[in-house]
Amino acid sequence: MSKLLVVEDLNVTFPTTRGPVDVVKDVSFTVGRDETVGIVGESGSGKSMTSLAIMGLLPEGATTRGSIRLDGAEVLGASARELRRLRGDRMSMIFQDPLSSLNPYYTVGLQIEELYRAHRGGSRAAAREVGLPDPERRARHYPHQFSGGQRQRIMIAMALVCSPSLLIADEPTTALDVTVQAQILRLLADLRGQSGMGMVFITHDLAVISSIATRVLVMRRGEQVEYGTAEQVFAEPRHDYTRMLLDSIPRIDDPLDEVSA
Amino acid sequence: MARYLAGRAAGVVLILFLVCLFTFIIFFTLSPDPAVMICGKTCTPERIDQIRDVLGLDEPFLAQFSGFLAGIFAGRDYGAGANLVHCAAPCLGYSFQTNQSVWDMVVERLPVSATVAIGAAVLWLFLGIVAGLLSAVKEGTWWDRTAMGLALGGSSIPNYVLALALQYVLVVELQVLPFPQAVPFSDGPALWFQSYLMPWLVLATGYACLYARLTRANVIDTLAENFMRTARSKGLSPALTMRRHALRPALTPIATIFGMDFAALLGGALITETVFGLNGVGKMAADSIAKNDQPVIMAVTLLAAFFVVIGNVVVDLVYTRLDPRVRITAR
Repeated sequence: MSKLLVVEDLNVTFPTTRGPVDVVKDVSFTVGRDETVGIVGESGSGKSMTSLAIMGLLPEGATTRGSIRLDGAEVLGASARELRRLRGDRMSMIFQDPLSSLNPYYTVGLQIEELYRAHRGGSRAAAREVGLPDPERRARHYPHQFSGGQRQRIMIAMALVCSPSLLIADEPTTALDVTVQAQILRLLADLRGQSGMGMVFITHDLAVISSIATRVLVMRRGEQVEYGTAEQVFAEPRHDYTRMLLDSIPRIDDPLDEVSA
Repeated sequence: MARYLAGRAAGVVLILFLVCLFTFIIFFTLSPDPAVMICGKTCTPERIDQIRDVLGLDEPFLAQFSGFLAGIFAGRDYGAGANLVHCAAPCLGYSFQTNQSVWDMVVERLPVSATVAIGAAVLWLFLGIVAGLLSAVKEGTWWDRTAMGLALGGSSIPNYVLALALQYVLVVELQVLPFPQAVPFSDGPALWFQSYLMPWLVLATGYACLYARLTRANVIDTLAENFMRTARSKGLSPALTMRRHALRPALTPIATIFGMDFAALLGGALITETVFGLNGVGKMAADSIAKNDQPVIMAVTLLAAFFVVIGNVVVDLVYTRLDPRVRITAR
């Protein structure tokens, strides 16, 4: 069976006043149907740029090389119209901060409905699938009237309303409380399991990755430093940077260091 | 909601009362004796006393002030016996210069100021928002730089300079427009339009430049918002993304500023009206100040304050309809 998403030698370059800067360098990975691939790295490692490149949402001026194929069809260099047809329908994305990612001026119902209408015409209620009580009434509310976790559930409902085959989650739990984080992770894992879609899960948090991803790509300064199954990467990291990241996770059985001023 | 409105109404009344009080204090303490002014050059002490008596100028401050306030709500009488003049409510007194009822003067001139304000507002909203929008969408291009350069220049030109320059070019040299005057609409729409066109252009220029810069800044900020990235990630058409997701957040603050600017203009466009000789509230204010015509100055001050205060309340109420995050809560 062919892979759902194939990224090959992806390069993303930004022009700056001091010459072009490569923010993603020769990154290659695949996402199968029914699989979650985690991309891990610190800020500025190029993980978000990789996901925006897949969605065709890179900022103006960015140039790309390489290949991104969704279901065998090339995404890089596709026309704006083709990309628009894919976005929201075949591939969706959820973001780090659900409050600023929702338009404060419109009800969440309208914001979900407009996506469905753009691709399928007509409307459809989707809020019940993400565990929001009383979805019909809540659909008439505005983003500021929800809690952080509820907002991310709304973003997820929106992203999944057209049943895409690929979901990109860019730090979807970073802005949330730990308990809410766990709920959202479970929800994403459940929905992915039910729908059989592929998921790219981006985070800087290795603990989160270990609970949700089957394969892991570690990025640093735009480069791919490690790529393998989650067990492999966690059990025997081949790169010093990965080892460093793993060591940075605080453990409950760690001896306490003196806090130095 | 009812409690909120009652609270705001009380605030409006309080502010207007204070404006009255302070204006009155200024005249009571600072201005030269109105009786001497009214009396003119051929004056006798008896005549001055008589004027003082009729206008109540020899009464203490509080009596005069309460007389003024009572006149607004209940009307008042000047003089006594055969000389008695009744001034019906709302009474703002009589002009020291022309003896005309100040209320009648306001009623007569307000439509001129409103015409100037409304026409200019339509122009500057349209020009400012369209230019600002184009500049934001084409940020950094030659269009953006040119438009913003012009906007900076345009908002720096004083209205009277622009008015005189326009008048010279359009009326004197090219002779495409008549000299501006307050022609009522009933004299024919074409003539009416022509006579107001220059005041509209002059008044609109500064505001249009300002609104273009505001619109540009707001749209650029909005386009960088996370929810715009979401809208694009949803595969919505560029037109819908722009119209629904960018314009409403970007233009809502403009509505607030517009409400305030427009309200202030209803109180008279002093310079524009004076330069073009339009008999509006603004020119009335300028004339009355030049001649120390106290009742008229009181009236135009009060009128301007009234529009600004009411404009504030209207803007706040409208804002709750424009931005769902803003809700009225009674304090």
